[in-house]
Amino acid sequence: MARIDLNHIRHAYGPNPKSDKDYALREVHHSWEDGGAYALLGPSGCGKTTLLNIISGLIHPSHGQLLFNGQDVTNLSTQERNIAQVFQFPVIYDTMTVYDNLAFPLRNRGVAESEIDVKVRETLEMIDLASWSGKKARGLTADQKQKISLGRGLVRSDVNAILFDEPLTVIDPHMKWVLRSQLKQLHQRFGYTMVYVTHDQTEALTFAQKVVVMYDGEIVQIGTPEELFERPKHTFVGYFIGSPGMNVMPVKLAGGMAQIGAHAIQLPTPVTPADAKKIELGIRPEYIRIGRSGMPVKIAKVEDIGRHKIVRTRLENQDIAVIVGEGEDIPADPHITFDPKGISIYADSWRVGGL
Amino acid sequence: MEKTWNNKAWFMVLPVLLLVAFSAVIPLMTVVNYSVQDTFGNNQFFWAGTEWFTEMLTSERFHSALGRNLFFSFIILLIEIPLGIVIALNMPRKGWGVPVCLVLMALPLLIPWNVVGTIWQVFGRVDIGLLGHTLERLGINYNYVQNPLHAWFTVIIMDVWHWTSLVVLLCYAGLVSIPDAFYQAAKIDGASRWAVFRYIQLPKMNRVLLIAVLLRFMDSFMIYTEPFVVTGGGPGNSTTFLSIDLVKMAVGQFDLGPAAAMSLIYFLIILLMSWVFYTVMTNYDAER
Repeated sequence: MARIDLNHIRHAYGPNPKSDKDYALREVHHSWEDGGAYALLGPSGCGKTTLLNIISGLIHPSHGQLLFNGQDVTNLSTQERNIAQVFQFPVIYDTMTVYDNLAFPLRNRGVAESEIDVKVRETLEMIDLASWSGKKARGLTADQKQKISLGRGLVRSDVNAILFDEPLTVIDPHMKWVLRSQLKQLHQRFGYTMVYVTHDQTEALTFAQKVVVMYDGEIVQIGTPEELFERPKHTFVGYFIGSPGMNVMPVKLAGGMAQIGAHAIQLPTPVTPADAKKIELGIRPEYIRIGRSGMPVKIAKVEDIGRHKIVRTRLENQDIAVIVGEGEDIPADPHITFDPKGISIYADSWRVGGL
Repeated sequence: MEKTWNNKAWFMVLPVLLLVAFSAVIPLMTVVNYSVQDTFGNNQFFWAGTEWFTEMLTSERFHSALGRNLFFSFIILLIEIPLGIVIALNMPRKGWGVPVCLVLMALPLLIPWNVVGTIWQVFGRVDIGLLGHTLERLGINYNYVQNPLHAWFTVIIMDVWHWTSLVVLLCYAGLVSIPDAFYQAAKIDGASRWAVFRYIQLPKMNRVLLIAVLLRFMDSFMIYTEPFVVTGGGPGNSTTFLSIDLVKMAVGQFDLGPAAAMSLIYFLIILLMSWVFYTVMTNYDAER
């Protein structure tokens, strides 16, 4: 297991990148701790798979350095880096048995057959496929195949990290949940460094200790699920995490107050951003109360999704989503108030103020 | 709604029935008819029973033509299948090289068969052909008109040139259908080049390879035009394959009875081979 340092890594797929736009990965400079479980979360095309493939060595970065435990591995091949990777679609060797599939990476490395036998049986237990060991791998279900892909990584005890590239895409919903908790168990028991790429926020938030949110080739925030929810550093994190996402509205700042149209809102702490082009206020639907006092709104739509209702309201020209609990009712002349705890101020999309 | 019950729908099959009758059944029955009769012309026929079949099955001439043909098919399969795989493995997967390679590969397949024969007939000539002339200049006494070994060499090289492309294109189609993730996983598992071929590429090419073998076997077993144009079956009978022999017998000697019997035996052999391949292929699918 290893600590992974990403040292000013940039990557462009085309030759001679000139502007920032030519880079699939603009600049990533971070350290990932040994034994951590990280989720890379972001929309399609944000560079998360690129980053993963740079770590595994399938892609050589245009700029920057990659360190495993302080050692420069940037120019090492995938084999030499000793990495395990599980792909979106299960990769199995059809003609081999389950047992041989797991033994394959060890045999390729010239491990003695007696040692292979011990490791493979151990891994088969871990991934719950011990009774299938003699079967041909091609007859298995998608989730069993994906377990084999994972097992081929686990069987090598010396791997530096296990990388997952949206591994549950082709798995049935109920099996997704099972596999995810098995992964989490494996992590807790054996302390692998795991990096998990996904575009599904639930998956990221349940799997990882630290979630790395990527947007447009950059890491916009690294934090615990709670931090991402409570204090999104970038408006994108606000939109992307949470359902519905954060309400973000343009405001003017004046003397500790935020002006939305004709209404003024008291800010929890005074903010004086330097000359930003765009000032916005962000607040999650969970932190807005609906009642008889506050700012008057019109109600556009109420979506009842079971445990709570999502109320789509309009404050002047601004759409605002509000979450209302099951038992609460919505008054005839609705007004909304913002909980100061949930207010964040963004200057040019980056968080500058709030609690 | 009340359903009408009658058998009028059978008339729908009539056009197809007529078409098949005229294109296949009637000609085939004519051959069957010839194979059990003897004629001296003047449209006079005499019943011959199984005489021609017995004659054919015991004839030295038929046996040697069949042997030559099987040997020929065996040799070209032995060369074309591995060569096709090797070329397909080395073809580019993306970029401008792909269309260039595909067109180059498809070219031999687009040339009419008798033109292929003519090309090689000229190519191998010692006086004006590039191949023949070069070989002679190198001091090799090459002459496909007189030396059976040279004739075989020429016919085999010609077939390899003409048909390896088919194997290449089929294998290439199998190869490009393998997702990148397989190669990436193999890298991560530390697989050698050979292991990648053995455990990823070969299993994925299995089906297309079976089809390639079937097509190449059938085609080479029925080969006629190209060797006929190049060697005319000679020198002697050394490149007289089954179909060439058949035409000699039927058209050259006008031995309609034996030729018809030979056609039927030839047809049954091919039918048997197709059935064997079909069974192997479907069994293979069922196993998957």
